[in-house]
Amino acid sequence: MERVPILKIGQTLFVSIQIDLQDESVLQLQDDLAGELAATGATGVIIDITAVEIVDSFIGRMLATIGSISRLFGAETVLVGMRPAVAITLVELGLSLDGVRTALNAEKGLKLLGGNP
Amino acid sequence: MADFIRANEVKLLDRWSQIVQEAGGGRTATADVRREFEDIYQLLVQAMSGTDVAADGQLRAALAELSRSRARSGFTPSETAVAVFALKDAVYDLIEGAADLVPVYMAFSRMMDDLGLLTFESYSATREQIIAEQAEAMLELSTPVVRLWDGIIAVPLVGTLDSARTQLVMERLLDALVTTGAEQAVIDITGVPTVDTEVAQHLLKTVMAARLLGAQCTICGIRPQIAHTIVSLGIEFGDIATKASLADALAHAFTAAGLKVVPA
Repeated sequence: MERVPILKIGQTLFVSIQIDLQDESVLQLQDDLAGELAATGATGVIIDITAVEIVDSFIGRMLATIGSISRLFGAETVLVGMRPAVAITLVELGLSLDGVRTALNAEKGLKLLGGNP
Repeated sequence: MADFIRANEVKLLDRWSQIVQEAGGGRTATADVRREFEDIYQLLVQAMSGTDVAADGQLRAALAELSRSRARSGFTPSETAVAVFALKDAVYDLIEGAADLVPVYMAFSRMMDDLGLLTFESYSATREQIIAEQAEAMLELSTPVVRLWDGIIAVPLVGTLDSARTQLVMERLLDALVTTGAEQAVIDITGVPTVDTEVAQHLLKTVMAARLLGAQCTICGIRPQIAHTIVSLGIEFGDIATKASLADALAHAFTAAGLKVVPA
């Protein structure tokens, strides 16, 4: 199973998903991210899904769950770089990812989290 | 019967084109009509003599083609069908004197009725095809995405929204958001004649999808009657910004983008 790396930039954790998401990798990412948030006390999480072309209901729900988990640690989650097809799929699945903020790209996501990392 | 028709080819063709030309009110020259009918006549003779198995199919194909070309050049289906039926008159004029041919004439008449109906069917099939092509062309034309300002795009919607169109609008809008990097989108529904629960559902989906990309949507151009319908139907637009006019929506988008319009 491939693991998704978590990078710390200042007070922000940066997660760029470059692999085809499997259910286990997403669950692993959740665990890793929770651990990292607890260890670093980061205030923001950016999840870059530019390279993600396919999502299903499970992964959509897990993205929302990651948002909820981060909020428990006092960190805000921004989902960046979603592809149009992915957005349409999530809407058709009835997932609006309410607890997660979104931005067009990583730069705008960082700006959303308070200007500088 | 086949022999009779073959034997009187020239006479019948002349009479046939003459009748059709008279019925058509002089829209086409007799020579043109005659040329069109000659091939069909040959195929008809072959089909009736029963020697060539493929002739019947060829005859039908030729008639369908005639009907198609006439449909495209603006003939009514009745004109085409009447043109086919006219051969019956032409034949009848010739066999009036020969009583022994009347029973076979009945069979011939039935066959011609059948062929006349075939032209009618091909006509409607052709019209259907033309309508489908036009609908597709309209779909392409009716979903532009325009850039209003740096970071602000607009989608003026004109015409009834159905699932297929909404899908197209959604895809176009999302693609435009990604390519232009716009954070504000204005959906103008001034040209949408009616908004029912289905249309509203489509609009909401589009707004939700844009939100997932990180863009904010404003819906504008809601006319008084539509506002009334929306409220009566109990449609909730939730926290989606709605404005009366495109100008209001643009002003809203400017504010959201942190821009301010000042007099020059």
